Amino acid sequence: MEIKDIEKLAKLARIELTEDEKQAYLKEIEAILVYVDQIKEVVGKADKERKVGDLRNVMRTDEVESESGISTEVITAEFPQKQGNYLKVKKIL
Amino acid sequence: MIDLKNLTIKKAHESLIKGEYSCVELAQAYLENIKEKDGEIHAYLEVFDDVLEQAKEADKKIKDNKDVTLLTGIPIAVKDNILIKGRIASSASKILENYHATYDATVIKKLKEAGVVFLGRTNMDEFAMGGSTENSAFGVTHNPNDLERVSGGTSGGSAAAVAADMTLVALGSDTGGSIRQPSSFCGVIGLKPGYGTVSRSGLMAAASSFDQIGAIGKTLEDVRTVFDCISGTDSLDSTSRENKGVSLNENKKVKVGIPNGFVTSKGVDKDIIRNFTESVEKIKKLGCEVIEIDLEHIKYSLAAYYTLVFAEESSNMARFDGMRYGLRVDGQNGVDDYFKTKAAGFGPEVKRRIILGTYVLSSGYYDAYYNKANIVRDLIREDYSKAFEKVDIIITPTTPGPAFKIGEKINDPLQLYLEDIFTVPANLAGLPAMSIPAGFKEVNGKKLPLGLQLFAAHGGEEKLFNLAKDFENN
Repeated sequence: MEIKDIEKLAKLARIELTEDEKQAYLKEIEAILVYVDQIKEVVGKADKERKVGDLRNVMRTDEVESESGISTEVITAEFPQKQGNYLKVKKIL
Repeated sequence: MIDLKNLTIKKAHESLIKGEYSCVELAQAYLENIKEKDGEIHAYLEVFDDVLEQAKEADKKIKDNKDVTLLTGIPIAVKDNILIKGRIASSASKILENYHATYDATVIKKLKEAGVVFLGRTNMDEFAMGGSTENSAFGVTHNPNDLERVSGGTSGGSAAAVAADMTLVALGSDTGGSIRQPSSFCGVIGLKPGYGTVSRSGLMAAASSFDQIGAIGKTLEDVRTVFDCISGTDSLDSTSRENKGVSLNENKKVKVGIPNGFVTSKGVDKDIIRNFTESVEKIKKLGCEVIEIDLEHIKYSLAAYYTLVFAEESSNMARFDGMRYGLRVDGQNGVDDYFKTKAAGFGPEVKRRIILGTYVLSSGYYDAYYNKANIVRDLIREDYSKAFEKVDIIITPTTPGPAFKIGEKINDPLQLYLEDIFTVPANLAGLPAMSIPAGFKEVNGKKLPLGLQLFAAHGGEEKLFNLAKDFENN
């Protein structure tokens, strides 16, 4: 792995890193990946089909159960920037 | 003066009903203790300013004998990643420093109905990533047994608050040991329920297929009381699962399994091995049959665990983009807002895991890491289900060593990851697991608590309580 790989991953993750962070992560991530590479030792069963476990999705009808608009105020109060009841973001196009 | 050291939920409940003291007086006793001790321990990120008002409400319920439960008026501390409507929930992160929860977590709803008094929110590793609370954006929690040492993590604030009598019980969450390891380090009891047993609705997701909320307390009864209150299926958690609630068969000899060769893995403190051997002898004396079991793939637990956890965590962290809530740092354009917000809002461990998760999920490495780790996870699950055909309970130490010194491991993330060796298998396989106090290691005149970990098959929380009770009583 090289610095440019870290930069590529950071770009994919939409996160800005300082030069110091890039250097530190390069070293640490390499050590972590060397450790994690152990799973590659598990051979022969790699193409085994994944079994369906005991968990089942809990389904419910997609219906609004609470009174309409009941949470509007608490949710809009958390907007970092707003205009009236609208969430304000920068121009996209 | 209320004897907080020896107080249990049941004792407090009886005293409250008899009128020996009020909920307000009980809450005050804890608030005073927090004031006296938390300056040096730092278990709390916030002590709520309406504690006494909540206690007054509880007193009224008791006076009117209306909706009184065992938990009415009982003080509880809540980990900072569990939502209580209207209160700040920051996950010990700068990105959510001023975020107010917009709804109650299901566990909080249940506890409110039971009439508890919420004392405050407890410190943790940022977004539950770490194992020492050193990754909190707001400072480390010191271990009440030795202030130079960590309280463990990620629910370190909750465990330390219980250990120092700054609350009667606390809620934590456990992704790879985050309830059990701090409980072990602080000398208290922590239960990670089986996956799906307690609703995750309103718990900020770290790694969604691993996370579970659980209770931390001084006694088994206290932990059980909170567990009984918060467990149960929930339509708001799509992985909620019926828990059959199986106890140990009293008429049959209890079979306890020890994973072959696992306890003596590389890096395990010799005092941990000695203490564990003593626990095994004690369990034999209780009349249990102890047998060695083979868990073929358990040695790959940590590697598989971290691969999957990085992947899930990096996906879960993507929602903190500065758009709808939390911190927003202005950039040159909309996308640049994301880059700048995450850079300013996340601490080093969260960023590290986002990068690692992005790597193991990237198209070129997906099969080699993420898919492979899922296969290993299935194999580990199978190993456990086979083992539970032979034994009722599996035991290991909770941690490979006692609480370590603050700063000792923080600069070497891999070393810190290896601390989780004994706890992650329960989360990989979705099993219930509990840490109970099992003795001490004395270092420089300080008694550092050690924990014994018990696992059962899904639905076996009661079995853990059964054996733990016997262990504690003898």
